[in-house]
Amino acid sequence: MAYYQNIFSEVQVRPTQPEHGIPVDVDKRWGTPFNSYLFGLIGNAQVGPIYIGYLGALSFACGLIAFEIIGLNMWASVNWDPIQFVRQLPWLALEPPRPQYGLKVLPPLAEGGWWLIAGFFLTASILLWWLRLFRRAKALGLGYHVPWAFASAIWLFLVLGFIRPVLMGSWSEAVPFGIFPHLDWTAAFSLRYGNLFYNPFHMLSIVFLYGSTLLFAMHGGTILAVSRFGGEREIDQIVDRGTATERAALFWRWTMGFNATMESVHRWAWWFAVLTTLTGGIGILLTGTVVDNWYLWAVKHGVAPSYPQVYPPVIDPLSVPPTTMPGGAP
Amino acid sequence: MKTFFTVLGASIAFFLTVAMVGLTDWDRPPLAVHQNGFRGTAMAQVHTRDAVEDIRDANRAPAPADPAEPGEELAGTTYENVQVLKNVSVNEFNRLMASMTEWVSPEQGCTYCHNTENMADDSLYQKKVARRMLQMTQHINSSWKENHVGGAGVTCYTCHRGQPVPANIWFTQPGPNRPGGFIARNNGQNLAAPSVGLASLPYDTLTEYLADKTIDNNAIRVNATTALPTSKGKPIQDAEKTYGLMIHMSEGLGVNCTFCHNTRAISNWSQSTPQRTTAWHGIRMVRDINGNYLEPLLSTFPPNRLGALGDVPKVNCTTCHNGVSKPLNGAHVVEAYPELARSAETASAADPQAPVTAPPVTTSPAPDQPAMPAPAPQ
Repeated sequence: MAYYQNIFSEVQVRPTQPEHGIPVDVDKRWGTPFNSYLFGLIGNAQVGPIYIGYLGALSFACGLIAFEIIGLNMWASVNWDPIQFVRQLPWLALEPPRPQYGLKVLPPLAEGGWWLIAGFFLTASILLWWLRLFRRAKALGLGYHVPWAFASAIWLFLVLGFIRPVLMGSWSEAVPFGIFPHLDWTAAFSLRYGNLFYNPFHMLSIVFLYGSTLLFAMHGGTILAVSRFGGEREIDQIVDRGTATERAALFWRWTMGFNATMESVHRWAWWFAVLTTLTGGIGILLTGTVVDNWYLWAVKHGVAPSYPQVYPPVIDPLSVPPTTMPGGAP
Repeated sequence: MKTFFTVLGASIAFFLTVAMVGLTDWDRPPLAVHQNGFRGTAMAQVHTRDAVEDIRDANRAPAPADPAEPGEELAGTTYENVQVLKNVSVNEFNRLMASMTEWVSPEQGCTYCHNTENMADDSLYQKKVARRMLQMTQHINSSWKENHVGGAGVTCYTCHRGQPVPANIWFTQPGPNRPGGFIARNNGQNLAAPSVGLASLPYDTLTEYLADKTIDNNAIRVNATTALPTSKGKPIQDAEKTYGLMIHMSEGLGVNCTFCHNTRAISNWSQSTPQRTTAWHGIRMVRDINGNYLEPLLSTFPPNRLGALGDVPKVNCTTCHNGVSKPLNGAHVVEAYPELARSAETASAADPQAPVTAPPVTTSPAPDQPAMPAPAPQ
């Protein structure tokens, strides 16, 4: 039974028999399906059954261990005070080992050991989830577009927390687990390495990130606009072009002279999303390992423009011989 | 069902809107933007006009006392136990004492420092601290005139603002009490500390960078000076500490990063503003004050004036600046009190009573060679 819904549907379709989809070789789904009004507002009203499998169970268990290690350490850091835990939560973090521990595999728990254990389980959880996505895609006879897109995000995650710290020779180069702390880390990272905005791979990553949002808005807007003509059946219309496709294509050909097709727009969007983290990961990987100061790198390669001096020359006070500095400067 | 969720969703949206509008720190237009760099570099100071006026009003310098009658008599010969202001005329001396009372203890009066039975008595710790602070003021106005305070100078009021203890002093932050054991340490950060603008940056960055007068001159610098790595660079944790210190300076002076830096190349001096040089010396001045004038008062202060770790109250940028880039709106406060601009070396030379402390050991002719500070009174 084929039916389509979108977020503005007034009607929620609730089949008398829950949908089970196509038959597959191994079908270990769990739970009794039910219909939810709230889910029906934003998607399909039917919830479950869900496929768990041993990969899903292991991934969830590893994720839970990492979550507990991070959360309990945060809670302990406010002396197990539940109110302070909630109040200070955005500031709390589990910090990586200090620089003096280098790449030591397990420093004392209080000195970053917990961070390594949490990182191990979080990575295991994510990699197991990737395997699960891959195997479920295979079981359904799908292409592997979703697992490979997820792999691109995992690449950035691994570069930040594992590959780059290993190349730099210190776990202290990795990101803390925490809300504000990881943002402050990001700002400090850019400050330390001479302004990440001059990193060309950071530039590419931003282009693909913002490009993704632009494509998403253009595509989503187009399909919603022609859904009154059946445009949300876009996958059908890749091979069986209807009036919705004609109108959507004509709209863009009118306004910008060129239009994507019902298929190509998805390839655009997929590549933009995948390249965001792919290029971002390359940019992080090069920072500190290959390039130490991105601003100076950009000057060296003619990327950074020079601006006219508006002040008399300002020189580094440390470069001035002490005799020319009366007044003392302890 | 649908009505229920519609009402629920609308109420949540309403309360979130109210919370967003009512609970956060909005800057109401009109904004006062002062450009201080080449166009296109985003170098500008942004304030609301109201805030500019409020902060200006809050930092007005008091009118100086009427000039003293000329007189030949010297305070050192007329009064007993005058150590710092010996060569000041009696009239000037009394005028300064009256002004100091107005600046520091207007409510407590002379008795905050003096035993009125015997004004020469040194029994109150406040008097000993005040004497040291006089030497400090002279030192700042003479030794730091060229590099930091300029013609404006400082008086007691610059920091004290009519309070015996200045509002913006600081102590070493011991951090939260923690269970210890195998619980992960916080690496000295993640505390929403006011000294770093409530960020999760290291909360005790001031102790490392402003309290240690022997610190390496390059400690704050974290950027590589070459495009490609040539040696092992500083860790990101050091960049976070520097970032925390810079937030303190920014908050203390009521300016943003671009007051001193072209933020596209923070560490680059040739693109910085002249204020960065002044600030660089200011950091050294604060270390000088903390290390040579406040630390030696450790045994003079009573325990209730000390910090949680038993350390002396210390100064930072905010202590004088109080949220403006030029303390007291740049008023030349020291001009009316020339005795406060006298070099501290003269004061100590004229003070045979004070024991001579060994000068700081300097093994290299670094440009941070400190001017000899006056010795502390016992």
